[in-house]
Amino acid sequence: MADSIGLDAFVAFERVQKSYDGETLVVKDLNLSMPRGEFLTMLGPSGSGKTTCLMMLAGFETATHGRIMLDGVSINNIPPHKRGIGMVFQNYALFPHMTVAENLGFPLEVRKIGKSERETKVRRALDMVQMGSFGGRRPAQLSGGQQQRIALARALVFEPELVLMDEPLGALDKQLREHMQFEITNLAHDLGITTVYVTHDQTEALTMSDRVAVFDDGRIQQIAPPDVLYESPENSFVAQFIGENNTLEGVIREIRGDFAVVELDDGELIDCKPVNVNSPGERTRVSIRPERVEFNKGRLREGTHTVNAVVREFIYMGDIFRTRLSVAGNENFIVKCRNAPNQVRLKPGEQIEIGWMAEDCRALDAH
Amino acid sequence: MTNSSDTAQSGPMLAADGTPLKKSLARSLRNQKMRALALIAPLLLFILISFIFPIASMLFRSVENTIVADILPRTVVALDDWNADGGQLPDESVYSAFVSDMVEAIEAKEHTKLGTRLNYEQTGMSSLFRKSGRQIRKLDPESDGPFKEKLIDINAEWGEIKAWSTIKAHSVRLTNGYFLNAVDMRRTPEGIKQQPENKRILVKLFWRTLAMSLIITASCIALGYPVAWILANLPMRTANLLMILVLLPFWTSLLVRTSAWKVMLQQQGVVNDVLVWLGVVADESRLVMINNQFGTIVAMTHILLPFMILPMYSVMTTIPPSYLRAAKSLGATNWTAFRRVYLPQSVPGIGAGSILVFILSIGYYITPEIVGGTKGVFISNRIAYHISYSLNWGLAAALGTILLVAVLILYWAYDKIVGIDNVKLG
Ligand SMILES: Nc1ncnc2c1ncn2[C@@H]1O[C@H](COP(=O)(O)OP(=O)(O)OP(=O)(O)O)[C@@H](O)[C@H]1O
Ligand SMILES: [Mg+2]
Repeated sequence: MADSIGLDAFVAFERVQKSYDGETLVVKDLNLSMPRGEFLTMLGPSGSGKTTCLMMLAGFETATHGRIMLDGVSINNIPPHKRGIGMVFQNYALFPHMTVAENLGFPLEVRKIGKSERETKVRRALDMVQMGSFGGRRPAQLSGGQQQRIALARALVFEPELVLMDEPLGALDKQLREHMQFEITNLAHDLGITTVYVTHDQTEALTMSDRVAVFDDGRIQQIAPPDVLYESPENSFVAQFIGENNTLEGVIREIRGDFAVVELDDGELIDCKPVNVNSPGERTRVSIRPERVEFNKGRLREGTHTVNAVVREFIYMGDIFRTRLSVAGNENFIVKCRNAPNQVRLKPGEQIEIGWMAEDCRALDAH
Repeated sequence: MTNSSDTAQSGPMLAADGTPLKKSLARSLRNQKMRALALIAPLLLFILISFIFPIASMLFRSVENTIVADILPRTVVALDDWNADGGQLPDESVYSAFVSDMVEAIEAKEHTKLGTRLNYEQTGMSSLFRKSGRQIRKLDPESDGPFKEKLIDINAEWGEIKAWSTIKAHSVRLTNGYFLNAVDMRRTPEGIKQQPENKRILVKLFWRTLAMSLIITASCIALGYPVAWILANLPMRTANLLMILVLLPFWTSLLVRTSAWKVMLQQQGVVNDVLVWLGVVADESRLVMINNQFGTIVAMTHILLPFMILPMYSVMTTIPPSYLRAAKSLGATNWTAFRRVYLPQSVPGIGAGSILVFILSIGYYITPEIVGGTKGVFISNRIAYHISYSLNWGLAAALGTILLVAVLILYWAYDKIVGIDNVKLG
């Protein structure tokens, strides 16, 4: 979260707040800066203010407080049509009374670009999304995926430097969505455009983005590259929200630099890495990824604390084994391991001891 | 079996038991259809009796002309051989046939009806029949002949070719005479002619009805569009509240609303009072805003406005706000976004509203009657006049038929220009 707002930031939110009704803040103190060419995803639960942020950037909502900068210039008072920001809407918003080519020609036409140049650009944009032969159709005559491509082409045809997309793939089926994720990222990188992408699908966020901003409750909880976000969540919301995650509750007993000991509620001790806890005695919620849990004692570091667990369920999932354990009162403690030739298959009822590398177990805030 | 029916399949599809699929489908749907039919039967019957039948009867009445042939059957036959162009009066056979017919008609008290009917075509016929009737009654068709001289004695007009040619001209059972009348023409013994200058009012009235209906429709669009837009863009709760205001006129009697305009617009009325008070107009030159076309247009625009707003509103609520946003994000100014994106999509609403308002206003009666004076009345007022006062139902029917055809033609033209599929009522 600690990006200082550099002068070279292409897009910057500075202490932005937004309230619709004058009673509650939908966006509370948003600070964000994006370098040129970045693909940033806003990820968060429904109602967390993602669309609102996007709309403020596009100019359809005004910030109640704070500044929004584009290329070093405050755009708070610039009307949307002068911002030159491309936008892909969730329902595509293709104009139903115009053909595909007319839809694409529209932004060029309002920019008073001549007919022949317009046609070349439209053709190029259509080719770019592999829809070259669809120029004469109406949007209603296209499938969802095709409409999506046209919406994308329309947002790009006037060569904006910044493109905003609000859940553009929400209406597509899984397979098509994965394909389009790939195409959108490729296009964005090839054209070198800066992209702000909104989704509440975390896989989408992780696979597509240079950086992901996790929103909750009108704030950015963490903004980081996908791997950092997944492996080093900075608070328990992010840990819960991104990927599968096991949590155990307890109290800090000891902190030594990068290492802490936590006493779980049933009295057992575990090792972990303190993240946003400060002092012994504090309550904490520790978070461990299911694939980082080890039940083969031989593979644990010498002197590592282990915890007793009871196997509740074993699920064979083909490539992986998924085992549900009961650990320190948590009945839903998941362990995942690869289906390797010598992998042990645990049986329900079995008593085992589990442990982990201290750095994989993060002691986070308790709420 | 493949579903490509064009090349691979020859002949009709067959169901499992070998009967053609179409047939077995029809059979299976028959029960369902019968039930549906039974459900709509009362409405169908009602429409048949209260709508289709009266319209058909009206259409027929506009060309029906059996009165002369029914009341003067023998005369009509006798007149067959006579030709007005010859410049000769008909011979005795016509006169004696006429007397026999008239005696019977007088007995049945039908001769005045005939006179009235012929009077539409030729003024003076009504009184001719009425006056002559009293004396013809005394004649005995068996013994009192010959009648030619006697009739001419009774009234000199029977000695004129005009009287007989009028009877002959209108003795056919189907006539276009009412339609000719409806467009200010008439059939004279010398052929079809325009009505005399002072009687040519109907064509003018048709044009006025059309022109004023168009003006009313246009005013409704101009006033209704912004209202519908605001309603469609407000939050649901506020919109519903305001919608009550739009619908309020529906809950007030039409007469009350129209009379209210009379109070508002008359020379001693509210509007004039305010204008005088403001000093905009002088007291002695108060504006004449009622009993003329202006009054009719104002009152009818007000009354028909909801019919414009409602379809517009229902179309506009289906236009997602994201279209306007998309247009703006693509670089369009507010005005361009409206003109190029919003307006075209709201056209179905404008179309539906316009058709409703135009068709309603073209046949409107009460409001023009009350606030229209003589210059602001519509063709429907004339139709009403012929139905209730002059009792010339044939002409009323012809006028009505023309109105109906005009509406159908406009509807057709509208379909050609805008496309009727583009009309959405909700
Ligand atoms: N036009 C509006 N008027 C009033 N409140 C609004 C308006 N738009 C959004 N809100 C409120 O602001 C909050 C944030 O909404 P926003 O649309 O930004 O969420 P989001 O993160 O995009 O959610 P989702 O993932 O469901 O799209 C919500 O509580 C919502 O109810
Ligand atoms: Mg949203």
